[in-house]
Amino acid sequence: MESIALLIAATLNAGTLLAIAALGLLINERSGLVNLGAEGMMLVAAIAGFATAVHTGSDWLGFAAGMGAGALLAAAFGVLVIWLNTNQYAAGLALSLFGGGFSAFVGINYTQAKLGPRPNFAVPGLADIPFIGPALFRQHPLVYGAIALALWLGWFLYRSRAGLVLRAVGESPESAHALGYPVRRIRLAAVMAGGALCGLAGAYVSVVYTPLWVEGMIAGKGWIALALTTFATWRPARVLLGAYLFGGVTMLQFHLQGQGVEIASQFLSMLPYLATIAVLVLISSNANFIRVNMPASLGKPFYPGS
Amino acid sequence: MQSKRDLLLKLAGWSTLAATAALLGCGKKEEQAAPARSAPASAAAPKPEPLKIAFAYVGPVGDGGWTFAHDNGRKAVEKEFGDKVVTSFVEKVPEAADAERVFRDMVGQGNKLIFGTTFGYMESMLKVAADSKDVKFEHATGYKQADNMRTYDSRTYEGAYMAGVVAGKMTKSGTLGVVGSIPIPEVIRNINSFTLGAQSSNPKVKVKVVWVNEWFNPPKETEAAQSLINGGADVLMQNTDSSAVLQTAEKNGKYAFGWDSDMTAYGPKAHLASAVINWGPYYVAAVREALDGKWQAGAGKHAWWGVKEGAIDLVSLNEAVPAETREQIDKVRAGLKDGTFSIWKGPILGQDGKEMVKKDEVADDKFLSGINFYVKGVEGKVPSGK
Repeated sequence: MESIALLIAATLNAGTLLAIAALGLLINERSGLVNLGAEGMMLVAAIAGFATAVHTGSDWLGFAAGMGAGALLAAAFGVLVIWLNTNQYAAGLALSLFGGGFSAFVGINYTQAKLGPRPNFAVPGLADIPFIGPALFRQHPLVYGAIALALWLGWFLYRSRAGLVLRAVGESPESAHALGYPVRRIRLAAVMAGGALCGLAGAYVSVVYTPLWVEGMIAGKGWIALALTTFATWRPARVLLGAYLFGGVTMLQFHLQGQGVEIASQFLSMLPYLATIAVLVLISSNANFIRVNMPASLGKPFYPGS
Repeated sequence: MQSKRDLLLKLAGWSTLAATAALLGCGKKEEQAAPARSAPASAAAPKPEPLKIAFAYVGPVGDGGWTFAHDNGRKAVEKEFGDKVVTSFVEKVPEAADAERVFRDMVGQGNKLIFGTTFGYMESMLKVAADSKDVKFEHATGYKQADNMRTYDSRTYEGAYMAGVVAGKMTKSGTLGVVGSIPIPEVIRNINSFTLGAQSSNPKVKVKVVWVNEWFNPPKETEAAQSLINGGADVLMQNTDSSAVLQTAEKNGKYAFGWDSDMTAYGPKAHLASAVINWGPYYVAAVREALDGKWQAGAGKHAWWGVKEGAIDLVSLNEAVPAETREQIDKVRAGLKDGTFSIWKGPILGQDGKEMVKKDEVADDKFLSGINFYVKGVEGKVPSGK
């Protein structure tokens, strides 16, 4: 029983960093822009967050620095693709490569650095309930933050005026433009919000999840977050579900290996990807549904006045 | 007009990108070239031309593990021979076609002794060695030699055994965990030796293994370590390249070991000891042979160095490790040094109780190089074995 509780706890923890990044990319893509630079933004945010946390001793300042770094890189990307109409895919890939190299360069002196003692969190009262306590209520605050973010985003996109405008910009920037909305500025804001959340996820990795800095430490999580956004058909609740599913299957396969279950570990390593794609494809198998949810102008440049 | 301006803007955007990319590329090159430092040549009496030595590393020097250990070896060479040698290195050379270009470049720059420090350089080095007969090549962890290329490796399993001795003593749950990288004989040998060491101080100990199928992936290593801890393991060992496992143990109040390099700093409380590789003695010996004209290569020229040669050790033991265990480690170390003790001396049983090494027999290097079974006490099955 206890090991199941711990498995659930580890699942939530592993899913959180993917969820935060993927929700950020969702905001970003709802405005009609694809930013393939997630991996690079997360890496730069990881070193920014780690270095800040090392120097100030505050994890929260580390998160803030990570968000700032992510937003800054996203802004640079935004200027390139929104105003200069650079190819989104090429610029995003360039951002990923740049982030990998740049983070390694500025992080040279931090590979041996270490953070102070890692705090343990517990929700007072609830954390002591048997099974449920260790499974759900001894998590880092950001784990709950990710859930709150998904709920809020669901409300924001479908129940608020600002969300409607954001979606309109992603569906038909020409119409939004004709109605007098500043399409380019809205897109920039969305890209920066996405960058900030990817940055938060990056800092979460280097400050909380694996509290250290080595170059390339994001190790592909940014790409997984990108794929997750698409497979979840740009719906916040599904992104959250997909992230937990991915985290859960990842932890489950290690759990099974530890139990000595006789399945090739190479096959188990493949499982998280397979399971997440299979489930999300199944629940999103309705082609109409995908068409309805996919921002119609995703990846297309917008020329006002043309 | 509008569209023309947009086109111009677009062009500007692309060229900005291209320029950035070019700048990045250049930066990297300089970064690689910069560390090539020469020992200060004294202006006094004319001396023989210094021996130029180059090292190719797979990771960054700052990885705190595998490559860091190799670079310490390079520094040992500089310290030993002073201005008789000039050393340089190129870091982050991928294990692919690029490696060949780097080796050719090293030859072109006049290096006469070249070290390639990862398995994946094997074919590239062989190719370049065939074309540059006057240059000496040394390849770490490989098994193919040539007239001017030989191989060397370290007996990391001896460090794993000593770590096991400590782990067996320190575990309270009786369950140890290993985060394995890729199921090849080298890693399986380390897991087995770790288990044998643990059994020497605690016969009932069990070892759980979780494979991540990668050498370096900190988040995945963290997840694997966490699942081992969740499964009841309270002392962890890893054969992966980052310190993530140690960090995870620190976070959970458990124990773990450093691997390849001394990792004390990454988790002072959790760190029980580090099984370190010291490449210095081998590099110094190889350079001395080259300087004295005694360097030899050819088929079968393979140096496998361990505790005996000072290439492997267990260092920085945690204060919590009791004196009797320290004494036991000292005994093992002394025994490995003078040859009175062998880790792989029978009887050694496989998981099903079958005698893999017969009583009083000592497994030879050929046996050790091909291990693909777990010894009794390890749970689960070898992914690639039977």
